[in-house]
Amino acid sequence: MSGNAASWASPQRSTLPFSEEHEILRRTASRFFQDECVPHRQAWEDAGMAPRQIWRRAGELGLLCMSTPLEYGGGGGDILHSIAVMEEQVRAGVNAPMLSLHNDVVAPYISRYGSSAQKAHILPRMTKGEWIGAVAMTEPQSGSDLRGIRTTARPDGDTWLVNGRKTFISHGCTADLIVLAAKTAIDGANERISLFLVEASGLRGLHRGPPLDKLGQADADTAELAFEDMRLPASSLLGELGGGFRMLSDRLVEERLMTGVGAVATIETALAHTLAYVKQRQAFGQPILNFQNTRFTLAEAYTEAAVLRTFMERCVRAFLHNKLDAVEAAMLKDRATDLQCSIVDQCLQLHGGYGYILDFPIARLWCDSRIAKIYGGANEIMKEIIGRAL
Amino acid sequence: MSQSTHLTPEHEIFRASARKFLKTECLPFRDAWQDDGKMAREVWRKAGREGFLCAKVSPAYGGGGGDLLHCAILLEEQTKLGFPELTFYLHSDIIAPYIELYGDEDQRRRYLPGMCNGDIVAAIAMTEPGAGSDLQAITTRAVRDGDHYRLTGQKTFISNAQNADLIIVAAKTDAAQAAKGISLFLVETQSAGFKLGRNLNKIGCKAQDSSELFFDDVAVPAANLLGGIEGRGFYQLMQRLPEERLIMAISSIASMEAAVEDTIAYVRDRIVFGQRLIEFQNTRFKLAEAKTTAVMGRTFLDRCIDLFIENDFDAVDGAMVKWWATERAFQVIDECLQLHGGYGYMRDSTIARLYADSRLGRIAGGTSEIMRDIIGRSL
Repeated sequence: MSGNAASWASPQRSTLPFSEEHEILRRTASRFFQDECVPHRQAWEDAGMAPRQIWRRAGELGLLCMSTPLEYGGGGGDILHSIAVMEEQVRAGVNAPMLSLHNDVVAPYISRYGSSAQKAHILPRMTKGEWIGAVAMTEPQSGSDLRGIRTTARPDGDTWLVNGRKTFISHGCTADLIVLAAKTAIDGANERISLFLVEASGLRGLHRGPPLDKLGQADADTAELAFEDMRLPASSLLGELGGGFRMLSDRLVEERLMTGVGAVATIETALAHTLAYVKQRQAFGQPILNFQNTRFTLAEAYTEAAVLRTFMERCVRAFLHNKLDAVEAAMLKDRATDLQCSIVDQCLQLHGGYGYILDFPIARLWCDSRIAKIYGGANEIMKEIIGRAL
Repeated sequence: MSQSTHLTPEHEIFRASARKFLKTECLPFRDAWQDDGKMAREVWRKAGREGFLCAKVSPAYGGGGGDLLHCAILLEEQTKLGFPELTFYLHSDIIAPYIELYGDEDQRRRYLPGMCNGDIVAAIAMTEPGAGSDLQAITTRAVRDGDHYRLTGQKTFISNAQNADLIIVAAKTDAAQAAKGISLFLVETQSAGFKLGRNLNKIGCKAQDSSELFFDDVAVPAANLLGGIEGRGFYQLMQRLPEERLIMAISSIASMEAAVEDTIAYVRDRIVFGQRLIEFQNTRFKLAEAKTTAVMGRTFLDRCIDLFIENDFDAVDGAMVKWWATERAFQVIDECLQLHGGYGYMRDSTIARLYADSRLGRIAGGTSEIMRDIIGRSL
């Protein structure tokens, strides 16, 4: 048996325990993205966001909050459900609706740290797609160094008064429920960060900017937010007062794991597009796959992809057993997104001029990939985390 | 260290005794061997008597009846002690399997017990001055003459030859054919007409001798044609390559891990501009990348070892793991050497030896170019 370098991406070689139930969800997700999102990508890019109805539709199909407990209307599933959906979304080449943000980042804040009342109030709405979720951490002067945020929440009677600004907030234009990080200054003594659940629709004092003009992922909205004496009820505090930093840090491991999963899916998608292209594209009288440079470039990229997938799967299996630590998650996020950008760029190169035209999937993957080295903690922060643990 | 799912407590016992053997019987002589350009002949007998040769060969022929992990463990322990030379591995895991798998019963009985107890040291001779990776181009020829073959030609870069009693030689039995013309012969170094050339002066892997060989009308008994049928040599060689390349990767990943650990220890102690080297962000970032590469390499390697033991490891997998591991090991070791500054350039330092030694991995066992060709053609 001579083998095939592409087989490492096949289900036969996978070490992840996907069940039939996961595969059913995968097929549903694939149809949803291909039939109901791909045809609209350009329109959504032009608008800078996807319409609300698409969230309702995703909710109807069971693609929202798959791992949220059943008692709150969620799917009661695990991270493999999220992975199946993410892989299909990447394969389809659409960023909106940003299901992973809603499902894997926002919903867990509420299901893990929320009170029974908060869970009962919010999670069913998020599961049905009535509410879209967002997280607001980053500020104009504070990105990776979260402790430097300046947005404040001051107690005022039974309420909190919030003032400050946030930026680069995914779903900033459309979110109904925002997990907001703010400094809670009580008698000037406690400067620690707390989290609030902001019900954003029609809220006075909340100002949303227009969609930011990004290098990629233009179909998903990202915006600035400003808070001007924005009043929140006492019941909007999430978890412990002053416990925001710990909650945010705890959640980053899963976020970074999912970023790694997305990077692997992106690389495998880019390679599949490129392999198909170099087999049919003729130059100097032969398919460009026949040139040694093409074969060597792809040989390296497929091998890197196989190594990366093996490591990613090991991280996922560790996560399923509650054993994935922050250092390994940082290693995965750093290396996976670095490789994503370099391999997608090499794939674009093999497409020649067509790779520069946005009609070709590789061009969009190239634009959409760049942010991965920045979000979820810039890769420099990942290296700090790994470097400090040496 | 390997975390293969197939590791058993018995493997750990083997590891402990291997470490003891290497520390007492090899480490004290390592520098002398490296200066000499070859290991002492006596250590082969000691290794054989204590069960460290031919761990995979069947007990019926005096072997250990073990598996790939025994080979991996020995290499890992050698590498940790700064003695990563592939001499034992060539003898035990490359050459002995040819005889065990492709030899006839008479050939197995004649040679394997001696290889297992260290009375016989073996080498394998494929490469020629004009044929390296393109094995089909070899010109050494073997012409049938009654119940003998007459062997004429030249080989180069042949490891273990200085101590060898037995050399498996690839030769053309049919010059008109490419792959189908190649056969393997069991040639005893006592044979008239065989001449051992000089021990070549290599960049690294100093204790692993590498020689030129000359065959001038050497009479080899027909009974020493491996397996007894002409024209099978190329296929026999091809079949063994995935495992051989996997073992090259085992060695490379062990070297990479050793380099990273060595460098972490160094940068913690070394003071520059009034602070420890590890306190500089560049040092931490470079080592963060090196450590990530080592962790990923280990994960991939262990997966490949598991696939191999489960009989699901093919030629493309072998090329992938060998290319990745040897290239990345060299790259990581180079970054690690840089962090050692001038000390990294001194052969006395562990990192300098790892650097020079690891350069070979990208060439031996099929060059990185051949690996990429194999991978690329599979697409």
